Amino acid sequence: MSAIEPSGLALFWAAVIAFAILVYVILDGFDLGVGILFGTTRDAALRDEMMGAISPFWDGNETWLVIVAASLFGAFPMAYAVFLPAFYIPALLLLLALIFRGVAFEFRYGAGGRAVWDWGFFIGSTVAAFVQGAAVGAMIRGIPVANGQYAGGPFEWLRPLPVLTGIGLVLGYALLGAGWLIMKSEGALRDWAWRRISRLAVAVLVVLAIAIIAAFIARARMTGNLFLDRPWGLIFPVIGLLAIYGVFVAARRRRDAWPFTLTAVFFIAAFLSLAVMFWPYMIPYSVTVGNAAAPEKSLSFLFWGAGIFVLPVIVIYTFVVYWVFRGKLRKGYG
Amino acid sequence: MDLDPLLLSRIQFAFVISFHIIFPSFTIGLAAWLATIEGMRLATGKPIYRRVFDFWLKVFALSFGMGVVTGIVMAFQFGTNWSVLAERSGPIQGPLLGYEGFTAFILEATFFGVMLLGRDRVPPWFYFFSCCMVSLGTMFSSFWILCNNSWMQVPLGHTVVDGKMVPEDWWAITTGPIVRVRWPHMLFAAFLTTGMSVIATGAWYVRRGTYPAEGRVMLHWGLGLVAVIIPVQLVFGHLTGGYVVKYQPSKIAAIEGRWHNEKPASEVLIAWPDVENRRNLFAITLPPPWGSMIDSGSTTAEEVGLDSIPPENWPPMRIPFFTFRIMVGMGVIILAVSWFGVWLRWRGRLETTHWFLWIAFLSFPTGFVAVLAGWFTAEVGRQPWVVYGLLRTKDAVTPSLTGGDVLFSLIAYIVVYAVIYSSGFYYIYRVLRDGPAAEVRGALPGPARATALRGGGE
Repeated sequence: MSAIEPSGLALFWAAVIAFAILVYVILDGFDLGVGILFGTTRDAALRDEMMGAISPFWDGNETWLVIVAASLFGAFPMAYAVFLPAFYIPALLLLLALIFRGVAFEFRYGAGGRAVWDWGFFIGSTVAAFVQGAAVGAMIRGIPVANGQYAGGPFEWLRPLPVLTGIGLVLGYALLGAGWLIMKSEGALRDWAWRRISRLAVAVLVVLAIAIIAAFIARARMTGNLFLDRPWGLIFPVIGLLAIYGVFVAARRRRDAWPFTLTAVFFIAAFLSLAVMFWPYMIPYSVTVGNAAAPEKSLSFLFWGAGIFVLPVIVIYTFVVYWVFRGKLRKGYG
Repeated sequence: MDLDPLLLSRIQFAFVISFHIIFPSFTIGLAAWLATIEGMRLATGKPIYRRVFDFWLKVFALSFGMGVVTGIVMAFQFGTNWSVLAERSGPIQGPLLGYEGFTAFILEATFFGVMLLGRDRVPPWFYFFSCCMVSLGTMFSSFWILCNNSWMQVPLGHTVVDGKMVPEDWWAITTGPIVRVRWPHMLFAAFLTTGMSVIATGAWYVRRGTYPAEGRVMLHWGLGLVAVIIPVQLVFGHLTGGYVVKYQPSKIAAIEGRWHNEKPASEVLIAWPDVENRRNLFAITLPPPWGSMIDSGSTTAEEVGLDSIPPENWPPMRIPFFTFRIMVGMGVIILAVSWFGVWLRWRGRLETTHWFLWIAFLSFPTGFVAVLAGWFTAEVGRQPWVVYGLLRTKDAVTPSLTGGDVLFSLIAYIVVYAVIYSSGFYYIYRVLRDGPAAEVRGALPGPARATALRGGGE
């Protein structure tokens, strides 16, 4: 397939999707991360406080996933029609994990069965994080496409590299979640989270290093440029490493807002590194943004309603919610 | 083991969409009902309306949450299991369904929050305004779904380029003659579904004598609204049939149980279709020209029979034949119950006629059954096409899927829905059983969206 130059509208929608994924990863990342950390303690008071620290936010965070799916189907139906079959079982696991985790917020307060819903919350959060990470790994390996349809097997996402990136994202979200808890809490929970920061940051670095080695071993399968054509892109991995270094510094100096902020910077840097690796492909390394885009009539129909009206409302809504619930965790949250 | 991913994908789609449609058809009606009751409260200031409102608001929050969760699953089905459809018709269906997702989000993010949490924080007129906006939002959301589905029933406003269906005229796609009759048909179906549930709940309370005042409000309002809406719905149902006659000969022939061309045509009321021998057994039939009059409004028109359509273009004939009759049967029951109830009320005997209260109570599922049966008629009747005349269902399925994948996902959906929804249904039942007086004020949880299910396990 010859590469088609993406139109302005196609670039707009690609930017919207990239932005929505980034916002989703950081926002739902911290609440999934808190869900993962939730499973590592048995202390009921800590657990309740953890729930309280994310309950006003988590469902708003997840709507960014809906934005991603709606924009992808609307503006890049071909990419939507390849990604979902390529990740058939991961997408199923993600949906079921998010459903279980979502109802756990309410059901755990019901009399009886709390242990079941608490497990559901922890496992749901972990599975959701893992399959998202595995999807990234599978994308780095490349997604085979033939005649506009996915042409690979059902378990590409369980190869070594995707499994590593899956574990990496579980740890990364846990780090983000620990940073969030430090920022939003005081007393016992904050101390608990501080004690985990350095260890999680080391674990993230170790898994990431192994994943990078695995990625180079899998290089034979990939046709992506891995920064060879775009050496300037290496600035992003460098920023990411600096951010993680900052997390260690923060852990020594105990600055409450630093771990979350710097971990978020780390995620942004990792995201931009991937963007440099993948561009101009929307489905690496088979279909470009220009080739995946819907016709102009579809893109502009979507733009004049959703693009200029709905998206700003969603951004404003997100700001308002975080503003209303700013500062440290107080009584009456959630 | 030989598992057919196509068949399993169809079963899975039927399963998840049948579960889903129950909730929106209920919440579209409930949102309108809540706006009505809140408007009455604002106009009259009577506290009884507030009690009725708060009670149904709780049911609304629960159903809305379940509708959102099942709806997100739907949003992924097109891509996971029907990727050829998503790729080929994505330029049209993608934006329409994308708009539905955006509309639903705006609705939840803004006015729904006010409805749940803002009673004491905003002025009464704004609260009422928020109720109206939520109601409008649910209707708007259904508009996009009906646009999308109507386009799949009768594709228009498009051209085909390299096998892809590309939009040519969005105005035709969003305001075409099909969606103009089908959207109201769906809205009225939703109103009737909720209306029958309100009637049944009211009848339940009045009969038991538990909440007679609230029960009477529900019973009187429900009966009045349903009695007015049902004849309008019959008109739109007839108009919906009109588009089928005009554009989908295979579907109408299946619905009517008509095997041969007839001029003028007879009308099969009920029968057991014998597909093998192309005839009806045990048929009760109105003589010609009844069929032509019902389908074409003419005493002489010729009506097409399945004989003149190649069998590979037939739908699985018995399903639309029977589901259509179930839908119409439910409509007749709704008509009878609502009109008789209004007559009883006029005679002043409504609350004392216990056998009628029993019947009104037992008719609570009529709307739900009618909605499901109607959608089965529309969707199964469209087969073997997924986009009528353009793309066959068997060609639309994701090519990379294996039977094992779909069997796994189907079982997973069934198990998870069984666990989650039995809790949810049980909770709604408990809210209804406990009634308005047992309610705790302000008990609804934070930004209560997908999980307005607080206390489901209590």
